[in-house]
Order: sequence, then C-alpha cells, then structure tokens
Amino acid sequence: MSQDSLLSIRHLRTRFRIYEGLVTAVDGIKLDVYRGETLGVVGESGCGKSVTALSILRLLPSPPAEIQGTILFDGMNLLDLNLDEIRRIRGNAISMIFQEPMTSLNPVLTIGEQISEAIKLHQGGTRQEAWRKAVGMLQMVQIPSPDIRAKEYPHKLSGGMRQRAMIAMALSCRPRLLLADEPTTALDVTIQAQIVDLMIKLKEEIGTSIVLITHNLGLIAEMAQRVIVMYTGKVVEEAKVEELFEKPLHPYTQGLLGSIPWIGRKLETGGRQLQEIPGIVPSLLEMPEGCRFHPRCSRVMNICSKEEPPLVQPEESRRVLCWLWK
Amino acid sequence: MTETIQTQALGNPYRPADNQLRRSWAKLRRNKAALFGGILILIYLITALLAPVIFPGSPSAPNLMRSLERPSIEQPLGTDELGRSILGRIVYGSRVSLLIAIGVVAVGLLVGIPLGLISGYYGGKVDFGIQRVTDTMLAFPGFLLALALVAVLGVGLKNTIISVGISMVPIYIRLVRGCTLSVREQTYVEAAKAVGTRDRIILFRHILPNVMTPITIQTSLGMGTAILFAAGLGFLGLGVQPPTPEWGAMLGSGRAYLFNSPHVATFPGIAIFLAVLGFNLSGDGLRDVLDPRFRI
Amino acid sequence: MLQYIVKRLLSTIPVLLGISLLLFFMLRMLPGDPAQVLAGQMATPEEVEIIRHQLGLDRPIFVQYGIFLGRLALFDLGRSARTQNPVIKEIWARLPNTVLLAVAAITLACLFGIPAGIISAVRPYTWIDYLFTSMALFGISMPVFWLGLMLVVLFSLILHWLPAGGTGSWKHIILPSFTLAAFVVAFITRMTRASMIEALSQDYTTTARSKGLEEKVVIVKHALKNALIPIVTAVGLQFGLLLGGAVLTETVFAWPGLGRLIVDSILARDYPVIQGAILIFGLLYILVNLVVDIMYVFIDPRIRYD
Repeated sequence: MSQDSLLSIRHLRTRFRIYEGLVTAVDGIKLDVYRGETLGVVGESGCGKSVTALSILRLLPSPPAEIQGTILFDGMNLLDLNLDEIRRIRGNAISMIFQEPMTSLNPVLTIGEQISEAIKLHQGGTRQEAWRKAVGMLQMVQIPSPDIRAKEYPHKLSGGMRQRAMIAMALSCRPRLLLADEPTTALDVTIQAQIVDLMIKLKEEIGTSIVLITHNLGLIAEMAQRVIVMYTGKVVEEAKVEELFEKPLHPYTQGLLGSIPWIGRKLETGGRQLQEIPGIVPSLLEMPEGCRFHPRCSRVMNICSKEEPPLVQPEESRRVLCWLWK
Repeated sequence: MTETIQTQALGNPYRPADNQLRRSWAKLRRNKAALFGGILILIYLITALLAPVIFPGSPSAPNLMRSLERPSIEQPLGTDELGRSILGRIVYGSRVSLLIAIGVVAVGLLVGIPLGLISGYYGGKVDFGIQRVTDTMLAFPGFLLALALVAVLGVGLKNTIISVGISMVPIYIRLVRGCTLSVREQTYVEAAKAVGTRDRIILFRHILPNVMTPITIQTSLGMGTAILFAAGLGFLGLGVQPPTPEWGAMLGSGRAYLFNSPHVATFPGIAIFLAVLGFNLSGDGLRDVLDPRFRI
Repeated sequence: MLQYIVKRLLSTIPVLLGISLLLFFMLRMLPGDPAQVLAGQMATPEEVEIIRHQLGLDRPIFVQYGIFLGRLALFDLGRSARTQNPVIKEIWARLPNTVLLAVAAITLACLFGIPAGIISAVRPYTWIDYLFTSMALFGISMPVFWLGLMLVVLFSLILHWLPAGGTGSWKHIILPSFTLAAFVVAFITRMTRASMIEALSQDYTTTARSKGLEEKVVIVKHALKNALIPIVTAVGLQFGLLLGGAVLTETVFAWPGLGRLIVDSILARDYPVIQGAILIFGLLYILVNLVVDIMYVFIDPRIRYD
C-alpha cells in the first residue's frame, strides 16, 4: 500500500446467497486507486466490475449479498462502518454514476431537486443555497440555461443531458473518488465523445480520482492512466494503459484487444481478421478447474487445467494472473 | 478460426423448453401457499365428484321434524330451516358451484378468446367496434353487469352461468387482445406472413400459444371470482333457485335465522371462502412461476 | 395538460352512448310488450297505452332511441312501476347513502391498506409481511356478504356493541363500512406492496441511496412517489368493486342505498327503476375513473407535458 493510495482494496470477496447456493461474483481481488488518477476496470458483462463498485459503497442489499475483505479509504475500512457512517461517505467523499441515465434518475422529481438534496444533506445550508449550488453544477457540466433546466423533469432532457445531470449530481459535493459504471455505454457515439471530454475537464478542475468501469477499450485509452482487467470475478491483469495496449500479457487481454475493429485495418493488406475469443464466459455456478480462462485460452498448458495460477509481477507496474509468466 | 458460439434455442420464445418446464414445476412445488391452494382445490374437486358417495341420500328432501338443529355428532354441521343436513347440502353444493365455475369460465373463454384474437390481430374497424363494446361493458363493475343481465334474462342456474360468464368476457377480450398485439409485432410473425402463411394458421400456431400463459393465470383466478359472483347472486335470491343447494343461496336463506341459529349461515360461507382461497392461492402461485409480468 | 383533460372527457362520450344503447336494448330484450313491462303488473290498459305513447313505442326504432336519449338528457327516467314515483326521485333519495358508504369504505381501506402495503414492501418475507399478505389474501377470498353476517353475529349478537342494520347514528355505519372495506383493503394492500417493491428495485432507488440519503427519505420521497401512480389506478378500479359489493352489503345491513333499491327492483320486476339505477351506477363509475385519470396529471409529471 503506497502512501498515495486513495482507495485500497484487499481480498474483496462478494458473494450472493441464492436458491442454488452461494455464488461468488467477486473472488478475492486486490486493487489500488491513487490520488489524481483514473483507473480503468475492463471486462465482459458479468465479470464482476459493477459488483465491485457497488461493494465499495455497500449498495448491495445485504441479505442476498455477503461481502468480505478490506476496503481502505482514508485509513478506514469501509466494510467496518455502520450504515450511518457509510451514508456520510456516499455522495460526499465517494460518488457513483450509473449506466442508464433515464432509469437512474427519478422521473417524478426535478433535476434541480435531485441534485440539491445531496448538497443539502452533506453541506447543510438552506434550500435556496442548495438550489443555487445545484444550478451552478449544471452550468459546470455545460448544460445551457441551467436555471430553467433545473426545474425540469428527467424525461424532458436528452440522453446526453441526462448523463451530464447525473455527473453534476455526483460531483456536487466534490467527492474525492468517483465510481463511473459504464458512463457512456447508453449514449450515442457523438455524445459519448462530449461526455468523455467533459469528464476529463472536470477531473482536472475538481481533482477527483476516477474508477472507470467499462467494456469499451477505446474509452480506457482516452481516459485512464492505469487499467485492470477482470474475468469471472478475478483480476487477471493490471498495468499502465500504454503498456497494456502495446504488450498485453494475459491471453484474455490479448483476445480482447484482437477483437477490436479499427478504421484502416484491411484484410487484404495483411491486417488481421477479427479474432473472437472462442467459447463463452462460464456460469458462476460452474467454474472450470484450475485457471478459469483455460478452456478458452489459445496458449493453454497442462498445468492450467489443474492449478489456479499465481499472481505474478513481471515488471514494476504490471501484474498478471497466468502460468505463462511464472 | 471462428468457433460455434452456443446459441439459444431458436423459435417461439414463450414455449418453455423442456428443462424450463421442469424448473417451473419445482419452483411451484416449493411455494407452500400455492401448494396449500392446490390441496384445497383437490378437496373441492373430490367432494364435488364423489358427493353421492360421501353423502348418500337427497340433500334437498325436507325433514321438518329436525329443523334448525345445532351441530351434533349425527349432524356435524347442523340442519337448516327445513331440517336438511347442512353438511349434505354443502357437499352437494360443491357440485353446483363447480358446474357454475366451469360454465362461467367456458363462456368467458369461448367468447373472449376468439373476439380478442380477431380484435388484436386484424385491427381496424373490427377492433374499434369490439373495443367500444368492451369499454361499455367494463364501464360497469363486474357484479353489477351480471346483476343487470340477470334482470334481463331471469334467474336460475343456466342464467346465472350466462350472466356471470358474459360479465367476465370483456376481461378475457382485453387480455387476449393485449397479448395478441404484442405478439403480432414479433419478427417471427412477420416472417410467417412474408412466406404466405394463412392467417388462421398464424393465429393458431403462433399467437394462441403465447396467449395461453396469461389466460391460464386469469382462468385460475377467474374460477374464484365466478364462485363469488354466483354466490352473491344466490344470496340475493337472484341466482340458483331452491331447492337446488347452492352455497350463496344457503347463506341468503340462513340470514333470517341468524340470531337463533347462526350455524345455518356460517358454514356455507366457510365453504365458499375455502374454495375461493384455493383458487386464489394457486392462481398467485401460477403467476409467480409462469410470468410475473402478466399481472392483472 | 388541458389537452389531456379535454381528450379524456371526450373519450367518455362513446361509453356513455354505449351505456344508453345497452339500456335501450335491455328493455326490448325482455319477453313481452315493452310498454306493459314498464308500466308494471298492476297497470290498467289505459296506463299502458299512455306509456306506449309517451315513449313512442309505436314509432320506428330510431325515433324511439331519439326519444330515449332526449329523456335521458333531461334525467327523465320514467316512473317506478311499484310506487309510481318518478324514478329519479327514488334514486336521489338513496344515492347519498350509497355514496357515503362507499366513501367511508374506501377511506378505511386506504388508511389500512396503503401503510400495510408499504411496510410489507420494505420488509419483504418477514413475519409482518406474511401476516399482512395473508390477511389480504383472506380478504379477497371471503364473500363480502358472509363477512358482514359474521360481523353482525359477533358485534351485535354476542357483544351487543353495534346495531345489526339500518341507519340512525354513527354506530350504524361502522359495520357496513368495515365489511365493504375489508374486501377492498385486500386489493389495495397487495397493489401497494407490489408497486412499492417495483419502485424500490428501480435504478433510481440505488442512485438515491448512493447519494447517502436516509432510508426513510428513499422510501417516501423517491419510491413512494413513483409507486403512487399504479396505486391510485388501483384505488379507482376498486371503486367499481365497491359499488358491486355495496349491493350485497346494503342488503345484509338493511342500508337504504342504491344497491338495495336495485335488488328490490329486480325482485319486483320494476324495470324503470332497474334501468335508472344501472344508469346511475354506470355514471358513478365513469365519473370516478375520470377523476382518477385527471389526478394522474398531478401525480405523474410525464403526463403533464404530453
């Protein structure tokens, strides 16, 4: 744990008790977020990235969910706090934005109301003061005519504007950490670019660290400094962004990168054909023995099907969960 | 090389695959309330079918010597104002109410399904016309509609079935129409049409199976409602006429003796309650299992 | 918003026409001579002829319908075949009693049902949820007239606390309204529970929690406000059930309302009154649904602008 580490997660295991048994969505992960950085979390649907974020803020309903491990923030283990304490952190020191702005905003409350209630809760003051700050936030996210917009309901706004409003809501109390769960996935491509620019700008202005959860590697390339790759609840690779793209170590990461189409890449001029990763993600109830990726791995070895791979650190800033690099 | 990605079973998305059927059944069995409801229904059916075996003799033969007796060993539920065994009348009454319930649901289905299918599938003026009629019928609360029909048709078992049945028709029409509308938009229906399949076949093979799920749920709940409505009519004296034993009518005539012999009115009511409870519990259980979306 | 209200009002017209047609043909579907039927068993041949002429029953059917509509517009519903009083007077004397009973019942039902539903939704699958849900289930399965009779046995016969029927004091309304409420409260509880569970499982609830809001605030300000929309619909629909149940409840408790009037009239074959009472019931129900739909405008901001 480095001194610059804002958030330190160790041995986080999140499981859900369902009828068929205990299902492990996040299986003992370790991750750090340093001050001022954007950490990308990449993986296919169902790999546990959203569950990790929800575990940090303890937003998973606790009878089905069981969380173990350590989540250190500011020297406190978030998992040890009681509900009142964690509520003081939510929206305040740590904020979250979600994928679907239409369903994540309450349709019967105005935008202004939804933003100012968090402000009033954490920063006190009168309703008018909170409202004024809310309008200020809307301005900061570049929504035109913010004072008028604040009085409107979510369904009147376009998708891009709603996401901006969500960002305004999340950043209203100047959090030190922002958890962004697929912030651009539900948006049009052109709007995506705008939101990305906005997030980069705001990050510099406010100084928030960001955990950027997405399956979109292009987004990672634009916004993140470091990135972790998750598969079936485990972290399989961790690296700086440039290192990951230039030389991915884990076969899964290699597969992900090989399946990205990009303009200019032509089949006839020797460009590679799009490579899929064969097979499908295994069900959480039926994990393969040994390395979880081995049935789909193009470089599988004998040992992979027998024993789980160790976490290896081939270079200073890189970690891989793979037998190849031992 | 590209591998074959496992694909989901193609085809009609509402016809459950084999293992899904088994899982649904297991889920249903776990639901204790639904199970209890199922048991109640079973008891009800057995009582109705085996009535003469359980209680030999005529339930309607008066025996004024033994009028209004309290429950005893010999007459477990007592006797009514004409000296007839209440237990016997309840047992035979189960036949009557079962007959009514089946008849009512049959009317609802036989009239409601075709009209709903046509209305939803063909749209246009036909749909408009049928919908206006349905709206008008739904402008009345169900029981009142049945009451109004009884006013026109008269009383008695047959008219009870017709009246209550017709009052349920608009619900089925709405249900079937809604389902038809959503299925009609599915791509596989478009595909079938493009290939030139005749309408009748599309209706039967594609749309009808999808409609079955909500209909099953509604029918199970509807049986309970039918029993309640018929009993209500009977209570008012506008349903099944004496001497035929019908639970609601028994309550109605027992009302006069409420203060000295409350048992006459109490027990038939319990019978109605248990029967309707059975259908409601199973209906709920069915709905939880088959599809929580189709909530009426 | 105004557009919505106007549209809604206009859409009641076809239904009203439909009801009038229903009633018009209802009379003619009865066996026998309509004029005779309307005049009643006791009428003299002269009286029958007067009625025949009044209603234009000797004219073509379109004219008859026109006359019928015209009379309806003036609230002329004819005379009771039993009492010879104008039907509208008979109805008007009874209507307030039924409305009173219905309002009392629905108020009771909401007072009990909505909080019960909310508690059930917030603590699902606990003993209190099972308790409320079971009570709701029992309530729906019970025949309302049986419940009424049982309550009379308990509170009148055994405990002597409350009167068994009729009107007079505030005590007289307790049993009938509780009986009627019992059936409806079940639906309202179930509907509230389902609606709240739905709202609590929505994304915006997670968002609200992620801002650090207290659970109380999340439930009331965020979830309940959304859940109210289907709940209000349900309450409106329940009114219809109430009207049907009122017929039975009024009979059990000898409550002098419209429901008893309709039953007595059917038994006595007093068709003008039957026609009139059915019309008024239908109008009431349409009115309530209209009010509910208009209330939507105030609850759901999404409707306001469409």
